[in-house]
Amino acid sequence: MTTLEVRNLSINYITDDGVALNAVEGLTFSLEQGRSLGLVGESGCGKTTVMLSLIRLLPEAGRIVNGQVLFEGRDLLQISERDMQAVRWKDVSMVFQGAMNALNPVRTVESQIVEVLQLHSIVNSTKDARIRTGVLLELVGITAKRGKQYPHQFSGGMRQRAVIAMALACNPRILIADEPTTALDVMIQAQIIELLEQLQRELNLSLVLVTHDLGVVAEMCDDVLVMYGGTVAEYANSDTIFNNPQHPYTQRLLKAFPDIAEPGSELASIPGNPPRLDNLPPGCRFEPRCHVGNGEPICLKELPPLVEIEPGHHVACHLVDEKESHEKNTHPSNRRPL
Amino acid sequence: MKKIPILQIEDLYKQFPVTRTFTDRIKRAPKQVVHALDGVSFTVDQGEILALVGESGSGKTTVGMNVLGLQVPTKGRILFDGYDVADWATGRLRSRKNGDELGRLSRRKQILALRRRAQMVFQDPYESLNPRQTTWEIVVEPLEIHHLGLSADEKEARVRAALEDCGLAPADHFWSRYPDELSGGQRQRVVVAGALVLEPELLVADEPVSMLDVSIRADILTLLQSLRKARDITIIYTTHDLATAGYFTDRMAVMYLGRIVELGSTVEVLKEPHHPYTQALVSVAPVPNPRKRRKRMILQGEVPNPIDVPSGCRFHPRCPIATEECKMTDPPYVEISTGHKAACLKI
Repeated sequence: MTTLEVRNLSINYITDDGVALNAVEGLTFSLEQGRSLGLVGESGCGKTTVMLSLIRLLPEAGRIVNGQVLFEGRDLLQISERDMQAVRWKDVSMVFQGAMNALNPVRTVESQIVEVLQLHSIVNSTKDARIRTGVLLELVGITAKRGKQYPHQFSGGMRQRAVIAMALACNPRILIADEPTTALDVMIQAQIIELLEQLQRELNLSLVLVTHDLGVVAEMCDDVLVMYGGTVAEYANSDTIFNNPQHPYTQRLLKAFPDIAEPGSELASIPGNPPRLDNLPPGCRFEPRCHVGNGEPICLKELPPLVEIEPGHHVACHLVDEKESHEKNTHPSNRRPL
Repeated sequence: MKKIPILQIEDLYKQFPVTRTFTDRIKRAPKQVVHALDGVSFTVDQGEILALVGESGSGKTTVGMNVLGLQVPTKGRILFDGYDVADWATGRLRSRKNGDELGRLSRRKQILALRRRAQMVFQDPYESLNPRQTTWEIVVEPLEIHHLGLSADEKEARVRAALEDCGLAPADHFWSRYPDELSGGQRQRVVVAGALVLEPELLVADEPVSMLDVSIRADILTLLQSLRKARDITIIYTTHDLATAGYFTDRMAVMYLGRIVELGSTVEVLKEPHHPYTQALVSVAPVPNPRKRRKRMILQGEVPNPIDVPSGCRFHPRCPIATEECKMTDPPYVEISTGHKAACLKI
């Protein structure tokens, strides 16, 4: 069953001068119950903006100008703020970026989780809340009695676990994790990945993982959505993305990432920088850095639509379209836009 | 290529006293020390890139600090080009033989001579640059400090060469810019250029890419690799990311709690790790391909407190194959193949 479906989502940021900057354009994806989706791309490509918009926590300057966010068929962008509050944390919850520093330093870890439970009326009494907090902490591998301690008495990895416990407090259906393993040590990172995988299995969670670490995505995610300059570059299952990438950006991104299984292999960075929002290229947003295109007029003029080149494999590139039709000789009518 | 050792590290120990609070003193609590380094030995050849890998608290940064003479070892010594770094960095070298100029220099001049030959690249390019200095000021500053007697033209040539070697070409475009006008990757290039302008022989790069984005990361690593070719520079690269180390280093030293547990050629260590700690580290490093998913060997808990180093093999409390023997005996190094050794009783 499709738990989350995002259709044609576009987000603008309004500057102080009243200029609208297009941060996300025409984003479309869907997430089945119990599956995991990885959202990857360089910094500044709109990953975090997308995640914040899913739970309607965009900063004040952010405006959702178009699209739908369907949670079990209900459009979260249309409901009132009060209804949204009920959805947040109970249906869709989030582990924020830099979660290690997201805990309040002057309150015990337990009291912070108890607060979540009480705000959402999950429990009847403080005593029940404490019991449930203990269960949650044990679930993420922390001894319940350590809940009485303050965040500074926890190590980085434990703080990350505590934040995950908090996100799970209200039995959400979807967990959005924004860079949950960056800034952690290798072994701790592996422990957190293992924990998220185990929780996903046991609780049948749907997971959206936002990260720039392709390795973590390859380890954890069923599907991958590669974002560039606020648009979808490529969207497919993880095997396709890593072994048969079609979009030039995906190909370059993979080449720029060192593979520990192949020590000494070549590494190539992507020349140039991601586009600035106030200076987006008029056509394809990757065109200035693209190694495949040669300034083809269509790339310079038009934003490429997201096309399904084979079942479940979506690519937004004018050139892939052509190449595919030459190579596989598929009739253009077989390719339907999303 | 003939191998000339440029750096010899011999049985290095570094301990830091733990600050005692007033109550500790009243209670007459015993003095405690953090054993940051506990007998580290290795050599680095001229023109080599060595990776020091390990989790936080393994002592890899401390090694870098001692190599540059920014800290003085508790025991053991470091020889850089045959001179003891601890003496050199404090200006206490004595003339050892006739015709040895270095030992006769004044203290300050000795220290400057060391700094000219060994430099450091720091982790975070957002914090290691002065926001009020332009690129030119940042990169030319070392030349001014060292009074190399260069003319204005020569200085300009040096700064230009350093910036352009670091991929900031043409240099004229960049030198009036302030750090906030540069991207993260450009900033890290400026940091590297500032370290290179004195034309050092040794560069200690402490996690130079951990704060950077994927693509920029590849950029800076490629840069470090090309510097070795262009300037025959020796690099010690400190990191917790095995994948980046695997890409461009020649040899790898895996550290755990102040000791090197495995040392060998990078490819060999990554392809055939022998120490269980290295095996665990390699197994958990994410591979960017779902077809190559591996069984992760996850170590529970975290690196123990370096105040109470475990008895015997320091890795035994987290080791999946530890036996009684491991609790008692500190394992010696076992030579696996030429230049590849590991400290484990079970090999």
